[in-house]
Amino acid sequence: MLNFSSQSLFFISLLLFAVGAIGALLLGKNDRKANAWGNMLGCMGSLGGILAAVRVLFWGEKFSVSFDSSFPLIRLSFHLDNLSAFFMLVISLIALLASIYALGYAKHFFGKYNLGTLGFLYNLFIAGMLLVVTAGNAIFFSIVWEIMSLASYFLVVFDRQDKNNVKAGTLYFVMTHIGTAFIILAFLLLYKLTGSLDFSVMKNNLGQTPVIFKNIVFVLALVGFGTKAGIIPLHIWLPSAHPAAPTQVSALMSGVMIKTGIYMMIRIFMDVFPGAPLWWGLVILSIGAVSSLLGVLYALSEHDIKRLLAYHSIENIGIILLGLGSAMVFLSLDMQALAVLGLAAALFHTLNHAVFKSLLFMGAGSVIAKTHTRNIEEYGGLIHLMPQTAFFFLIGSMAISALPPFNGFFSEWLIFQALFSGINSAGLLASWVFILSAGALAFTGGLAAACFVKAFGTTFLARPRSEEAKQAKEVDLSLRIGMGTLAGLTLVLGVLAGPICKVLVRVAGSLGNLQNAQAAANFGIFSSHLKNNFAALSMPGILFFLLLALAVTFVLVYGTTRKQKVKIGRVWDCGTDLSPRMEITATGFSRAIITIFGGILQPTKQTAVEYRDADMRYFKKTNVVSLKTKDVYGSYLYGPGQKLVERFSRYTKKIQSGNINAYILYIFMTLIALIIFLVI
Amino acid sequence: MLILTWTIQLLAIPVLSPLFTGVIRKMKARMQNRQGASIFQPYKDLRKLFNKDEIISQDASWIFRFAPYLIFAVTLLIGAIIPIFSTYVANQYLSNFLVVVYLLALATFFLALSGMDAGSAFGGFGSSREMTIAALAEGGIIFSFLALAPISRSGNLFEIAKTISTLQFMQFMPITLAFAGFMLALLAENGRFPFDNPATHLELTMIHEAMILEYSGKRLALIEWAAANKSLIFMALAVNLFFPWGMASAGDGSVLLALLWFVAKVSVICAGIAFVESTIAKFRYFRLPDLLFTSFILSVITIGLITFF
Repeated sequence: MLNFSSQSLFFISLLLFAVGAIGALLLGKNDRKANAWGNMLGCMGSLGGILAAVRVLFWGEKFSVSFDSSFPLIRLSFHLDNLSAFFMLVISLIALLASIYALGYAKHFFGKYNLGTLGFLYNLFIAGMLLVVTAGNAIFFSIVWEIMSLASYFLVVFDRQDKNNVKAGTLYFVMTHIGTAFIILAFLLLYKLTGSLDFSVMKNNLGQTPVIFKNIVFVLALVGFGTKAGIIPLHIWLPSAHPAAPTQVSALMSGVMIKTGIYMMIRIFMDVFPGAPLWWGLVILSIGAVSSLLGVLYALSEHDIKRLLAYHSIENIGIILLGLGSAMVFLSLDMQALAVLGLAAALFHTLNHAVFKSLLFMGAGSVIAKTHTRNIEEYGGLIHLMPQTAFFFLIGSMAISALPPFNGFFSEWLIFQALFSGINSAGLLASWVFILSAGALAFTGGLAAACFVKAFGTTFLARPRSEEAKQAKEVDLSLRIGMGTLAGLTLVLGVLAGPICKVLVRVAGSLGNLQNAQAAANFGIFSSHLKNNFAALSMPGILFFLLLALAVTFVLVYGTTRKQKVKIGRVWDCGTDLSPRMEITATGFSRAIITIFGGILQPTKQTAVEYRDADMRYFKKTNVVSLKTKDVYGSYLYGPGQKLVERFSRYTKKIQSGNINAYILYIFMTLIALIIFLVI
Repeated sequence: MLILTWTIQLLAIPVLSPLFTGVIRKMKARMQNRQGASIFQPYKDLRKLFNKDEIISQDASWIFRFAPYLIFAVTLLIGAIIPIFSTYVANQYLSNFLVVVYLLALATFFLALSGMDAGSAFGGFGSSREMTIAALAEGGIIFSFLALAPISRSGNLFEIAKTISTLQFMQFMPITLAFAGFMLALLAENGRFPFDNPATHLELTMIHEAMILEYSGKRLALIEWAAANKSLIFMALAVNLFFPWGMASAGDGSVLLALLWFVAKVSVICAGIAFVESTIAKFRYFRLPDLLFTSFILSVITIGLITFF
């Protein structure tokens, strides 16, 4: 395999996904075989994708091929440069581990659903994502974008016996197509401006375009790709769609699919467009700041573990956008070195988030598979029953909370450095945007840690809170291999952050606007530092000295206290029976933060009391309190929007008289209008 | 000489921290017209705890057992990378202020988890309160450092200390605002008035004590010691970043003088804390965010003053 060129590896990998998809469909009758076939081929295809991406990134084997099709305007155009290869590597890596995980995980669908369909859609979905990041032509891109979106839609509604999943799927379907509409508008405008649908031709012809059109394309692309990426307020589909899908698909959707939106933003704003105006970067920065802060706040108010993780994806997309936005600002100020730094930070966080988010989703999926609920309030004590899953989930929680020495810490550190550099090197307005963005990132880090103390603590620690949680057992080997590899990767990516960022600097520098610019930082195996000596960091150093300090503490304490006995006892039960209801709940844990941010989150409290005696209202029979947060976007943005569309539809209904003569008149009028239009 | 100064640097925080805990208690006692225990009492307490057997909840997992070691180790590591008495024992690759903040977050993360792990009725809400305050204090801490960083053109704590000590009076003035912001964060992070009462075990109000309620014996000793370390780390940062006078800049006899300066300066901060604790009451929990946002805003104002004027 290693001797193949990147081009053949890429097509082999696509072929493997196709074989996997069709084979699984054919084997559909036999659950076990269909599952094994779909996932094994998925593994192999992902391996091919990893190898192809590695050959591009390290051997420089970029390629660009296109095949004409029998349809006019549609050319199958594949273009694999450094940026595409990086995203391909991220997608393939997560797909590989998700497929290994799915080998064992999909077992609980046996006999319930057709595993052939799952294998078909799953392979199609991964292939679609790989094609999205390699498509070099706007029409071809739109087709594969649609394949990816539709495959993921069908995966979201795969568990269709649950009505909520179907509802979530519909919302996803609508939102993703609103996004696609904006994307197609952006492409059509670009076609009008440049006379081509090829991204590489667009890049060369965009120089003389009037600013106003560029700005329109920016807004259209931002809304279109932002919907896929899940920026606030276009995120509403994300927290309901990601949890609904089977876990390996949730991991892929949250870990990598939303990144295709980021990929296209980088592609269009930093590669295709020559020189972006300052305000584009500022808008991206502000969106990033809002998405990261609100994302983590919504996550805190969630008790459905998968929804909680989905909201953290919004938060992390925000953090990635902080890196991208600062890169765009630096680019417009002609500070290429800092732009490369910001972009490399954004790319590294993309990789890191893909790794730890898929790890967390897999951990959550393992817990759900054993307890049959997504409600964290019904977990508890699982660390005793599922020790390895708990350990992997803990690693993921630490990585996403940006705690050293894991990978999330380094990418957030790098994004902080990009933001700090912006404070001093930009104008008044830009400086304040940078200051507030850095503030948002600072609070986001702390709140994310609080949220994962809640998620990990209520899920895995103390006593089980339900019968299901008491019965839980450790998951199958294939699930643990998937999670274990990812957990290992969070540490490896953290310790090797320097060399990895060196590669990412090359990726960032290969973009159209940056022309091989060097980054404003030196990355080395042992340490990384900014060239102006503002900051330096050694990730291996942190790990080493942390372990050293830990070892010293252990040895000293053991040496002095080994004679003292350790007794196991019950905690103080306040004179009653010790029950799980004495432990803190997830609701209680985050209630303080929700109250503090009440202005944003708008918490609601509903109390329903039933009395034993309706006349003498002293003794309560039941007392139900439901604490929720208000759906701000639904009631202020999407609700009114929907009403507007409905009203407009009612007006247009008036021309639908049902009279056939009228319809013939419409056709006739259209024809005349077209003829006049053509003549003029 | 270098070995000697490094030894002092490594040992200063863990060796001196119980002393300053004792100093604050003594000062507080005197202000309240009490005699108070000796300032060396915390050392005796630690020794007593290390010699005791311990009891661990049956519901607790390895996290409960492991956390005290990690928390203590983290404070040891931070003690080694922050300026204490000198500006020359500089550590280029770890002394970044973000490293210190996120290492502290690592310790808080595990402390909060161990609070929930024992499965008692109190631990969980202690964790909840602690994480809420820690999350809101983080912005204030990062930004008060960030106010200093542009002046010294470096995020390295030793570089900051070196530069701030050479500032003119007028340049120095805005920093006092950031210092006020940092002090608020210091009180919050270390469970001091008006955020938390370090001496209480009243379930309605305790934060830090609620989390560590189930610990005993050597693990309690480690946690108490780590808390003292953390408190001294914050005080050392307060005096050495905002008022870095009298620090040794070379490895000679001035080290001894610098150590004396350090003890004197930290004692002043201790007196301030004791004064605050003797004069004001603990705030209601939901008024604390106001203080923490104030801490953040003060630092933002400082950054604005420094960057734009």
